[in-house]
Amino acid sequence: MRGATHAKWAALATAVALAATACGGGDDSGGGGGADGIVSSSWGDPQNPLEPANTNEVQGGKVLSMIFRGLKEYDPKTGEAKDMLAEKIETTDSINFTVTVKDGWTFSNGEKVTAQSFVDAWNYGAALKNNQKNAYFFGYIEGYDKVHPEKGEATADTLSGLKVTGPQTFTVKLTQKFSTFPDTLGYAAYAPLPKAFFDDHAGWLAKPVGNGPYVIDSYSKGSQMELKRWDDYPGDDKAQNGGITLKVYTDNNTAYTDLIAGNLDLVDDVPAAQLKNVSADLGDRYINTPAGIIQTLSFPFYDPAWNKPGQEKLRQGLSMAIDRDQITQTIFQKTRTPAVDWTSPVLGEEGGFKDICGDFCKYDAAEAKKLVAEGGGIPGGTMKISYNADTGSHKEWVDAVCNSINRALGNNTACVGNPIGTFADFRNQVTTQKFDGPFRAGWQMDYPLIQNFLQPLYYTNASSNDGKYSSEEFDKLVDQANAESDIPKAVGLFQQAEEVLRDDMGAIPLWYQNGSAGYSERVGNVTLNPFSVPVYNQITVK
Amino acid sequence: MGRYVIRRLLQMIPVFFGATLLIFLMVNVMGDPIAGLCGDRACDPATAAQLRKEFGLDKPVWQQYLTYMGNVFTGDFGTAFNGQPVTELMANAFPVTIRLTIVAILFEIVIGISLGVLTGLKRGRPVDTTVLLLTLVVLSVPTFVTALLAQLLLGVKWGWINPAVSPEANFDELIVPGLVLASVSLAYVTRLTRTSIAENKRADYVRTAVAKGLPRRRVISRHLLRNSLIPVVTFIGADIGALMGGAIVTERIFNIHGVGYQLYQGIVRQNTQTVVGFVTILVLIFLLANLLVDLLYAVLDPRIRYA
Amino acid sequence: MPEPLEPVEEGRAIAATGAGGATDLAMEEGETLEKTPGGPKGTGPESKARSLWSDAWHDLRRNPIFIISGLIIVFLVIIAIWPSLIASGDPLDCDLSKAQEGSQPGHPFGFNGQGCDVYTRTVYGARASIQVGVFATLGVTLLGSVLGGLAGFFGGAWDGLLSRITDIFFAIPVILGGLVLLSVVSNNTVWPVIGFMVLLGWPQISRIARGSVITAKQNDYVQAARALGASNSRMLLRHITPNAVAPVIVVATIALGTYIALEATLSFLGVGLKPPTVSWGIDISSASPYVRNAPHMLLWPSGALAITVLAFIMLGDAVRDALDPKLR
Repeated sequence: MRGATHAKWAALATAVALAATACGGGDDSGGGGGADGIVSSSWGDPQNPLEPANTNEVQGGKVLSMIFRGLKEYDPKTGEAKDMLAEKIETTDSINFTVTVKDGWTFSNGEKVTAQSFVDAWNYGAALKNNQKNAYFFGYIEGYDKVHPEKGEATADTLSGLKVTGPQTFTVKLTQKFSTFPDTLGYAAYAPLPKAFFDDHAGWLAKPVGNGPYVIDSYSKGSQMELKRWDDYPGDDKAQNGGITLKVYTDNNTAYTDLIAGNLDLVDDVPAAQLKNVSADLGDRYINTPAGIIQTLSFPFYDPAWNKPGQEKLRQGLSMAIDRDQITQTIFQKTRTPAVDWTSPVLGEEGGFKDICGDFCKYDAAEAKKLVAEGGGIPGGTMKISYNADTGSHKEWVDAVCNSINRALGNNTACVGNPIGTFADFRNQVTTQKFDGPFRAGWQMDYPLIQNFLQPLYYTNASSNDGKYSSEEFDKLVDQANAESDIPKAVGLFQQAEEVLRDDMGAIPLWYQNGSAGYSERVGNVTLNPFSVPVYNQITVK
Repeated sequence: MGRYVIRRLLQMIPVFFGATLLIFLMVNVMGDPIAGLCGDRACDPATAAQLRKEFGLDKPVWQQYLTYMGNVFTGDFGTAFNGQPVTELMANAFPVTIRLTIVAILFEIVIGISLGVLTGLKRGRPVDTTVLLLTLVVLSVPTFVTALLAQLLLGVKWGWINPAVSPEANFDELIVPGLVLASVSLAYVTRLTRTSIAENKRADYVRTAVAKGLPRRRVISRHLLRNSLIPVVTFIGADIGALMGGAIVTERIFNIHGVGYQLYQGIVRQNTQTVVGFVTILVLIFLLANLLVDLLYAVLDPRIRYA
Repeated sequence: MPEPLEPVEEGRAIAATGAGGATDLAMEEGETLEKTPGGPKGTGPESKARSLWSDAWHDLRRNPIFIISGLIIVFLVIIAIWPSLIASGDPLDCDLSKAQEGSQPGHPFGFNGQGCDVYTRTVYGARASIQVGVFATLGVTLLGSVLGGLAGFFGGAWDGLLSRITDIFFAIPVILGGLVLLSVVSNNTVWPVIGFMVLLGWPQISRIARGSVITAKQNDYVQAARALGASNSRMLLRHITPNAVAPVIVVATIALGTYIALEATLSFLGVGLKPPTVSWGIDISSASPYVRNAPHMLLWPSGALAITVLAFIMLGDAVRDALDPKLR
């Protein structure tokens, strides 16, 4: 088929007197790979340099998931943290941890992975001077305030809480009890780094070297990265294909179109507008699995108009005015699941996922109208829901949410969407508290723990508590839960905190986001992990 | 001639600085770019402060501009937030966009001028009316609609082309995007040529040439076309700059990793250095293209002599 | 006084920094008018101006293109002011359960992705789109012709300065400027979009106005008036403006259509008009990803937009033909 396509174009190209030389090359791209078993996959240009502690979005995360393995690895299906490079992680007091690194692992350049590889990497990630955006992950480790002070210059280069005690062992001292600390170590920011990273930093960035099942063969920034299977990979999760080619697309709609045209094997971000076509286009070559992402509407509690006593009824009423079932079906074609709490189904029941929201998350126009009136009505008569218009399909759902609220309240101007041109500007206005109405909030978990869904978002003055929700009771319960070493009890306390959040309706839970992906006939065994990143090493090529 | 060129080059200096300052200020109005770097959460204040310092964002705007321009003259266009030097982005993006522009300009010249000559000579006939209506339709449909339809029909439904352009962006892949990009200008070139031809057809020198008994073909190509091309050349020359900077929509839809894509990316991520760097180069291209057009005048119209 | 090369230099096309150039291209149509030389073929004294206009009107009245486009525009303006004349629904009344449904009784154009009635929205969309077109054109024309006219009339340093400023604004790609400037605006009326178009659009008219004022200034009767001691303001108002205004009007009419189309492109990029404003641009951009499943959502607003743009361009075309003595 490609041959025929070329012939047509060659003819036309000659007709308009264009250089025919251009027609020679183009066959290296696309799904025609064949025998070598290379999978081509859609990609976006990573926003930050590809350092493990500097990558906080899914595009860079894809690469890290292929070229790095950490102490722990989250099971692609269950999300459970399992030992990877960790021989064992021991503690008696939930403050001091002794880590033993497995013997026999090397980086793909042959260098051995030792305790030092981890300690160096963590010290690099924590140090203020290195501008690592995920530095806060090391915030629980003793000495963080010296290497990464909130104000002024760093007074130390390394974390005092990290000590190498042997070739394969090191100790970690935390500043507070954190019983589930080992489970956080599967996050990419905790990956080990080879000497080359420090010796030739620019060279490393041009072609990163790690210890994962793939090695980077070539990387042309902004357009594509070719990864090849690392045949000497010591782990048991060896790549099942010859390699992965990540191709940058300017638009996810174009990537999907390219998949349909047979030029691409895997698209892991199917645009909302195309969801209706997937069964016709792809049949069963489409997956839709829960991911640890929840979408909510935050309220501007910093604005006096939105922070009056009794307004919890207004917020609860608004929540009940949103027809979640209808919107997730029509706009998202069931790639979102209506929310029933403030966490995520990927936690499972033991992890703390439970229907806590109850009736407040069910559509009931009459009750909604009543509650909104009892809560004093919408401040100013009209509220704007702010969102960024440049990424995601936010416009569609915000418009739908507003239409749903307007219908329930019988007032077509009660709610309007307020698009903000760029994500950067949106975040800027969020952090500087410019919005005078609700705004969209999305939360992707860092690690699959209920704590990660509640504390950073709703604890008084927490790092991502953008709406400035504050409740003494909530804070107290979270503190208690963190100090509790018995896991089921801790989860129970977190759920009590969540009930407080419900009674205040500190944020309206909307829906859980699924990961969705489509793939070509050439490839099989495609799955997404709970972070909605494709599990590349398991993909097979027919 | 030499003096004229020098005068024009001197005039470019204030325009160059003014335009770069203007875009610099505009991008600055957009606010703090650091907020967008940390995903759906706030950057920790210390890292944010450190990043601002590193990118010079903690200084007043005028100082940022001076520093930036100082660096530009040493060939340093700064660094994008992903750690890539902007010059590297340019080295990747400009060749692609130049190829796209060449394709678009070729379409404008070949199709636009041919249709223009045809309709200009047959003014008022059915072929003229048809082409006129067609150009009006092209002008009245927004480019992104044309582009999406072309991609859907040619790329998916009929499978004639690949819907997305590969990173190599060879000429053959750029034919359809180039045509879409050129479509609006093409309609203008057609109309411009038509008007100009129709006007000059009745000029004295053409009548003289016909009266002398010169063959029709020679009259058209030597006398009529040459004089009629002046406004067209002007237009196409000025269009070069417009096409290069204006391909934001086309490049995004067809997955072309060129200047328009980098500009869009730069704006979405509020990357001052990328946006200002690319616009600086585009302004230079625009100014030089305009100068070239004026010099071309003298070639096309011997009556014009630059002192 | 301009050197021999001056009219040429300035008469050169000024085009196009725009995306696909839609906005700026219109001016090229004016080019042919503008370079009408003042000398040999030059038009007569003041009385000629009057006859130019009455001749033009005489022509226009019997030009079917002018009549058709004029009628379309009158119709559009009427529904822009009173949309409820032909649409009884509420464009903001949307029922998601009807999303993307096709034509049915009472809803001839079907429903859009949010379940709003496409017919009602298409009718109501006329207002914002025409507001953008008309007010942006008025603003651009006013600002551009005043600045350009003054530059052309006074010449010298004032002209040099203004011409450089014009160049500066020309050098900024239009779509880029829109993305940057409009992305920070949170006002949801039509005025920021109009303001942006005026800010980046005036140089187009300014250059044309300047060129035609310079041409008019060289006419014998203007020189004569000056010799007789006419004041600057009198010369500008009585002698120069009537002769210089034709090319400006032509370009402005054509540009009007392109501003309407530009609004749609801005909406496609997420920085155009904002809800609850209803506009064709918003509807076209939100329908465009769904073109495979529900082409009707794209078809109707695009059709309305195309007809409107078409009507204004045809009107501009007809006016140009009527005003251009050489094409008679």
